[in-house]
Formats: sequence, structure tokens, C-alpha cells
Amino acid sequence: MSRPFILRNPSILVFLAALAAFTLGVTLMSEAFGSGAISTSFVKTLGKTLCLCLVALAMDLVWGYCGILSLGHFAFFGLGGYMVGMWLMYARTEIIVAEAMANAPIPPTDQEVVDAIGTQIFGVVGSSDFPMIWYFASSLPAQLALVVLVPGLLALVFGWLAFRSRVTGVYLSILTQAMTLALSLYLFQNESGLRGNNGLSGLQNLPGVTAGQATVSIWFLWASAAALALGYVLCAWVVSGKFGSVVRGIRDDEARVRFLGYSVEGYKLFIFTLTAVIAAIAGALYYPQAGIINPGEVAPIASIYLAVWVAIGGRGRLYGAVIGAAFVSIVSTWFTGGLVPSVPLGFYTIDWVDWWLVLLGLSFVLVTLFAPKGIGGLVDLVAGRIAPDRHGADYGPDKGSKRQGEGRG
Amino acid sequence: MLSRLFSALVPGLGLFLALAAAPLQAQDADAPIQMLLQEHGEIIQKSSRRTIQPAIDALRDSDLPAAKLVLEKWAAREMWVDEATGLFVYAEEVDRDTLRIFDFADAGAIAEVPDEGYDQLKPNSGIRALIGSALVKFQLSDPDPAARLAALTALERNGNESHLPVLRAAIEDEPDAAIRARKERIERLLTISYGETPADRIAAMEGFRGDLGVDARAKLNPILTTKTEIFAGEIPATRNIARTLRPGTDDLSRMAAYQMLVEDGKAPAMLSEAALLSAMQDNLADGAVGGVPVGQLSDPAARMRAYLALAEAGTVPPIPTEPEIDAALAAHSFAEVYAEPEPSVTSAARDVLKSIELQVGLNQFFDLSLDALSLASIYFLAAIGLAITFGVMGVINMAHGEFIMMGAYTGYVVQQVIPNYTVSIIVAIPLAFAVTFAAGVAMERLVIRWLYSRPLETLLATFGISIALQQIAKNVFGTQARPLTSPGWLDGAWVMNDVVSISYIRIAIFVLALIFLGFFLFLMKKTRLGLETRAVTQNPRMAASMGINPDRVNMLTFGLGSGIAGIAGVAIGLYAKVTSELGSDYIVQSFMTVVVGGVGNIWGTLLGATMIGFLQKGIEWFNPSNTLAAQTYMIVFIIIFIQFRPRGIIALKGRAAGD
Repeated sequence: MSRPFILRNPSILVFLAALAAFTLGVTLMSEAFGSGAISTSFVKTLGKTLCLCLVALAMDLVWGYCGILSLGHFAFFGLGGYMVGMWLMYARTEIIVAEAMANAPIPPTDQEVVDAIGTQIFGVVGSSDFPMIWYFASSLPAQLALVVLVPGLLALVFGWLAFRSRVTGVYLSILTQAMTLALSLYLFQNESGLRGNNGLSGLQNLPGVTAGQATVSIWFLWASAAALALGYVLCAWVVSGKFGSVVRGIRDDEARVRFLGYSVEGYKLFIFTLTAVIAAIAGALYYPQAGIINPGEVAPIASIYLAVWVAIGGRGRLYGAVIGAAFVSIVSTWFTGGLVPSVPLGFYTIDWVDWWLVLLGLSFVLVTLFAPKGIGGLVDLVAGRIAPDRHGADYGPDKGSKRQGEGRG
Repeated sequence: MLSRLFSALVPGLGLFLALAAAPLQAQDADAPIQMLLQEHGEIIQKSSRRTIQPAIDALRDSDLPAAKLVLEKWAAREMWVDEATGLFVYAEEVDRDTLRIFDFADAGAIAEVPDEGYDQLKPNSGIRALIGSALVKFQLSDPDPAARLAALTALERNGNESHLPVLRAAIEDEPDAAIRARKERIERLLTISYGETPADRIAAMEGFRGDLGVDARAKLNPILTTKTEIFAGEIPATRNIARTLRPGTDDLSRMAAYQMLVEDGKAPAMLSEAALLSAMQDNLADGAVGGVPVGQLSDPAARMRAYLALAEAGTVPPIPTEPEIDAALAAHSFAEVYAEPEPSVTSAARDVLKSIELQVGLNQFFDLSLDALSLASIYFLAAIGLAITFGVMGVINMAHGEFIMMGAYTGYVVQQVIPNYTVSIIVAIPLAFAVTFAAGVAMERLVIRWLYSRPLETLLATFGISIALQQIAKNVFGTQARPLTSPGWLDGAWVMNDVVSISYIRIAIFVLALIFLGFFLFLMKKTRLGLETRAVTQNPRMAASMGINPDRVNMLTFGLGSGIAGIAGVAIGLYAKVTSELGSDYIVQSFMTVVVGGVGNIWGTLLGATMIGFLQKGIEWFNPSNTLAAQTYMIVFIIIFIQFRPRGIIALKGRAAGD
């Protein structure tokens, strides 16, 4: 136990080195700082993928390590995006309005400026007044604090309610899914004050920044990479040591951990809230790169896809989550971008833009059935790690416990 | 009869009276109807809505048999006038230039003439409405019941004072009891508005106490319309006052009262933001307004200073001061005044409307309950398959919604093959069951049975199947909604009164839900399969040692639950549009229904569906325009509900609970 944290987890170094190499490589091939081999839009895709890796990391922590199959983490991701989007939209509209009003013979009052911004932003939903929730929108530090606070508080309250009444397993999954559905339905209303199904748009333009999109996309790539690196180290630190052991114990046999005197609810609540905050930060970095956020992004299906990425990458190992998210989203871009040639069958031509989801769904079933370790399991082949023969028995009696096929961890 | 005989003889006479310019066969210029038309010929040809009324009245009250024909032809723009003689005829156009003209007196054809000598009368819509209302008199006693009903419908829509005596006269001779009742009702309705004395009107109103008809409310409400009026000094006692308003109370704020005075021209205007800004713009000189530099004008206080300076100089109107506002308000009284001058009528109308509103409220509650019940049966229908696969077997099947969708698409495909809607539905139901049963069995064999002890993995694997099935449906059937048409006998609604009605399709879904409930209970409690299913769920090993084949039982039970989802899909498809997302719209609610009700108990599912249905309709009632909000709050409520009853409304106890 006396060995340093890094030495006990050599995978961290490998991961950080790979991430650094990737970021450096993309930077050197970008249009802004390098050869221009990678287009700006693809840099954005890569930057977004890093954010998805970060939220997958959070999902792995809560599901793979703590056994809570949350179907709501993409809602926290979206909320983070909304919080930062409010400032981006407000500040940018403020600049536009100020420019438009600069030529007026009488200088506008502050109230007139705010009214004009309100008309610009909410005209699309037939309103011009700022709802209460936009109170802090003019202040970047306040909105950045809200990125952490709003999803964090939501997760805290929801988690507290759910865990204290001992809702576990699939019931908890369905409950989190219901929460996500409620949130997305709420955001779909114009009365929500977040522009209903129009969502927030124009987020790719940073207010007050004159640099082009090529440069900005690289900045966001760096920020996303830094966030992913920090998130990875944080998650690795959380799951190592005694705390991590308790968390894994909860996953495999919650009752036994409780009988040993640990406050299971406290641990679960901590992990649930922490991962919600990580997801929100990922979202806050993702949506300025995507440029638009609308309630459809928060829909329950997005959270299920998150679980799909983690399962394909291999749950219960942090690098697995990252690999899964990166692999599925890159392959998905590849297939849905129409880059994969169609397969003519004579009577029918399989166009992958249409059939990609079918392939994803079925491969997901196959992974669940035959490769519970996911892609991360390939590392075990290289490292020569062999799962102990438990004669078919799983790691624990709990629903989220690891299967025999998933190996150690 | 006699008059008809008489008019048949007239053309013979008319021959002798033919004028030089007249066509080959002459028309009777001295027939009473023609005389009458000639008497009013000038205003008829002038065709102005303001002056036409005497002519129409004269025709209506003439008691001539041909008057009806004249009015009808006139309104239909088939009345022509001979330019030379001024005689009126009606005509049909043979071709572009030729007319076949007829005599009003006997409806007999006169001749075919070129249309140059004739002018067509083109009454505008206002005049046609007047003619139409004059025609009502004739239609109300028309021998054809359909014509009488049409006249009554016209009266309901825009009856007026003149119809009242006509309608009263037509009630006595009405042979048809239903039409007579309707005539009497319309007579009372018209009396409310146009009765001679207030006592008559109040008596007519009393008859509508507690009446649910929209027509009664439509007559009573206008009596109670009020207008806010301003009186200088005290309110005159002669006016029928609904209530007096005091400025500065909740009913009428001080500023609103003052604004009314301003709009009436009784007080100088307050300074609005726009007026302030335009005053600034208009008086901008040498980089300053009223001595205040432009640079400072982004401050509202500086703007006010500048305006006051301008007002001082007399360039802009002064702002009324607070004492001036108070004085202006004190000098006037404000009141809501009824348009109806008679106080006894308005108080009776208020009284009757109150009793009606109570009745309407009760009936709306009943209607809402019916709506809620039908929503509950839809949720129940969507959830009952889950009650088997999730509730009894404990298998989380996220593709359940897609089985519902498959059922609906099966119905759609069957309708493409069998055009008869009734037959196609009868064929579609068992076929949908067969298709989804097969799909369910295949899924159980291939995927689920390997994951029986791993519910989270089952959730994810079935979710994978769900997205694959959804996308396949999208690829095969396209993204647009497909219609699943219900048979004709399910169209329409069972209307109990003007407030309460429920469509037959909803009743059918309710009945179907009841049938499924009965079927489920019978299957689980009375059949061998039900017994074996319960045994396998409670203890698979013990069941196996009793000679039950758990694999087979699981397969059949899962297939059954999926098959029921398919049938539910046909029913839901009739009610909603069939799209590939049909199932995913219901999946979360279905799971909620089962979880809220209590897993493993069909009565719980029933209670859960009822609770969710009633809750959603109840919330919608508060905010009818926003069903999204209703769903949001309902889910929030469910999340809180589960806090207090984590195992649902009906929780299994003891060993059956599984832990």
C-alpha cells in the first residue's frame, strides 16, 4: 500500500501518454496550427468524441464500479450544455444588439438593451421577457458555477430520494429513465424558458473571440483533452484504495457491505452526484463544439446509448469506457456519414445510413451475450490476465455485480 | 289547391295582355305577385341592403303562394327583370346568350329569349341573408320535415326578433313530435333575447335552469356582457350596473383607471417609454437634449431630467403629477355596466347561468373521468403484456414497445390486403398475436434465456433489439405515419349531452382492456400453463423437479406476453397513428404503470394504470393546452410516489416477493 498511486495504476500513465500523443497529433495536423490534413469539422468531431469519452467515464464509474445502471446521465450532460449555452447565447446576442444600437441617436438604457436581447432570443417562442432561470445568464462565472451546481443538485436530490428508499437494480434504472423523460418533456415546452424544442443555437461562436473556428476548435480539443485527462485521474483515484473497494463491494453485494457497517447510501449518493457533475462538465465542453442543443439531446434514448458505449468498451475498467465511447461514436460517424459503401444483395441494397442502427443494436446484443468484457477485454489477452474459474458463479448476488466472464476488477 | 288551379288559368288571360316588345308568348303583368313586385320594383332593382327591407317584408307577409318562389329565385340569383317593361321573371340560362324565362305567377315557361333585354338581379350576401330569414316563414311549415329542420338550424344560428311570431305560429301545426320539441326550444331561446316584456324573458330563462345545451348558454351569456364605463361624478341610477370599480383596488389598478381616462380624452396622457424616447430623438440639438448631454442619456434618471427641462420650456407636454392624477380619478366613477338595461333580466340570467354552470361543472367532471378512464385503459392495454413478462417473469423487455409497434404494423399490412375494415380488424388481431408471439419466442430462445439472472444485461440486450427493430420498421415502412383505419361502426362518439361524450373507439379499447384482464386472470389462476408459470417464477429448480419443463414454460409465457402486446398494438394503432416510434412512446409509461401498481400483481397494474390515467387527465385539466407539462408532472409525481411505496400500490409479501 505504500507504493505511490500512479505506480499502483500503470494504466493511467499509458492512458495519459496516449491522450497527449493524440492531442498533439491532431494539433499538428489541424488547419489552425499544423499541416491542415484534418479538416476543422473533423477536429470538432474529435473534440466532441473526447467529451463523450468523459461522460462515458462517468457512466463507467456509476455503473461499472458502483453497479447503478443510471439511464439519466445524459440528462446531466445536456443540462451542463444548457447552462453554458445560456451564457454563450446571451453574451453573443448582447454583442449583436450593442452593435445594432450603437448607431441610435439616443444611447440606449440598460433596460432597453436587455429588452432587445430578450426579443432576439425569445422571439422564436413568441415572447420577449427573460424567465427567472436566465437571471445569471449575463455572468460567465455564475453560469459556469451553475454547470456544476444544477446537475449536481438534481443528482443529489434524486439520488437521495432513490437510495434512501432502497430502490435498486432495474427499478432504479427505470426511475432514472423516467427522470430523464420528465426533464426532456419539460424542456420541450416553450414555458420552460429555454426556447422549447428550438433549443439554444449559435453556441459555436464564442463572444468576444475574434479567432476563427479553426483555432477555436483546437482550443476546445485541448480543453476537452485536459478535462478527460483530469477526469480519468480523478476516477482512477476514486476507485483505487479503500473507497474504491467499498464501491465495488456495493456493486457485487450491497447487503453484505451494509452489514459491515458502511453507509451504502452515502457512498452511492457520492458516486452518483460526482458522476453527474463530471457528465455536466463534459456536456458544457461538448455543446459549444456542436453549436446547438435542443431537448431531443436529453431524451432517454441518449442515456441508453451511453450504457451501450460503456458495455461495448468493457464496463468496470476506466479505459474500457473511453475506448467504447470513442470507438462507437467514430464508427457511427463513419457509417452515418455515408462513407461506407452500400452492399448490393441483388434484390435489395443495404444502405448503411439506414441500416447502421440495426447493426449497432444487434452487435450490442452479441456483445452482451458473448463478450461481456467488451473491447477492453482484448487488453487482458495482451496482458495475459485470465479470469478465475468460478464455475459459472458471478461475483456477487446483486443485479449489477460482475459476471464470471467479465474477469477481475 | 284552388289557388294552384287558378294560377294555371292565368296565362291564358295573359295572352291578351301581351305588350308589343314582349316575347312571342306573353306573361301576366296583372297577376297579384307581379303587381306586388312592380309596387316595390324600384327598390328591388336598386338592390341595396339598407332600403330593401320593405320589399322583402311585403313579399313575406303577402300570403301569396308565389311569394316563396320569388324569394327563393331571388336569393339564388335567378330573378331577371325585363328592361323594357320592368316585369320580373325567373330564368335559367340555356346557353351563353339565351334565357328560358318563367312566369312567377304559375311557374310556367314563357319562352326562350336572348338575354340582351333582361337584367339579372344580383343580391349581395347581406340581402341574401335578409331573404333567407324571410324564407324561414315558408320553410317552417314546409311539408318536407328535412326542410323544416334546415330552417330550424338556420334559426338557431341567426334567429331574430322577426322570427318569433312566425315560429310561434308554426308550432301548433307541427305533426312531428321531435321537430315540435325543437321548435319549442328555439322559441324559448328566441324569447330570452327578444321577448316582449322582461317577465316573458325571465320566464323563458327559468326553463333553462340546469340545462346543458350550448345554445342556452350562448343566449344567456350575451345578456351578462358588461362594458367598463367612466362616469363624470356619480353613477346615474338609471343604468344597470354590474359592479362599481374603485381605482387602486385589485379589480382596477390606479394606472389602468387613469389610462382609461386618457383613452377617453378626459385626462392628459402619462409619459410612456416610447413617448420619452421619441421626445429625446425629436429634441436632440447640439449633442444635448434639454441641456443634458447625449452621452448621459443611457441613464433613465438623466432622460427624465432632460424631459422635465423640455416640459419646462413647453416643447413637450408636461407629465401629469400625482395630485393631478388623484384629482382626475376622484372626479370620475368607474363601473361595469350591463348592455342589457333591465336589472331583473340580468339578475335572472345570472341566477340561471349559475345553476347551469353547476350542472356543466358536474358533467365536465364526469366527462373528464371518462377521458381518464379511457386513457387508463390504453395504459393498461400497453402494460398488460409487460405485466406478464416483467411482472410475473421478472424479465425487463425494453423491446416490448416494439412488439406493440409490430402489432400495429401487422394491422396496417392486413388492411392493405383486405380492404374491408371490419374483416381486416378481425383478421389482424389473431395475426398480430401470431407475429408477436413468434417474435417473442424467438427473442426468448435466442437472447433472454441466457440472461435470466442478469436483469441489467437483459435490459441492455433487449434495448439493442429495440433499436434494431425500430430502425428496421423505419427502413421498411418509412418514417411517415401509416393509417390504421377503424371500421365504420367504431367511428363517431356516444354523445350523452352537449358536455359528455366519448368516442366509440375509446369504449372499444376499454372493453378490450377488460377482456384482457379477464383473460389474464383466467390464464394465471385456472389453467395448467398459469400454474406452471407461477411455479417456475417462484422456484425454477423445484418446479423442474416436479416435472415441469422451465424452458418450455418460460418460452410460452414470454411469447404470450409479447402476443398480447401485439393485440394491444392493433388497438392503439386504431387510436393513434402508426409510426416506428409508436412503441417507444409507451414504453416508459408502461414500465411506470407496472412498477407503480406493484410488480407481479395484475390488480396492481390495473390500479397503476387507473392512477396514472386519472392523474394525467387531472393535471391536464389545470392546464389544458399543455399535455407535455401534464406528462412531466405526472412522472415527477410517480418518482415521489415510489418514495413512499417503493414496491408499488399492491406489494407482494412473503416468499412471492422474491427476496
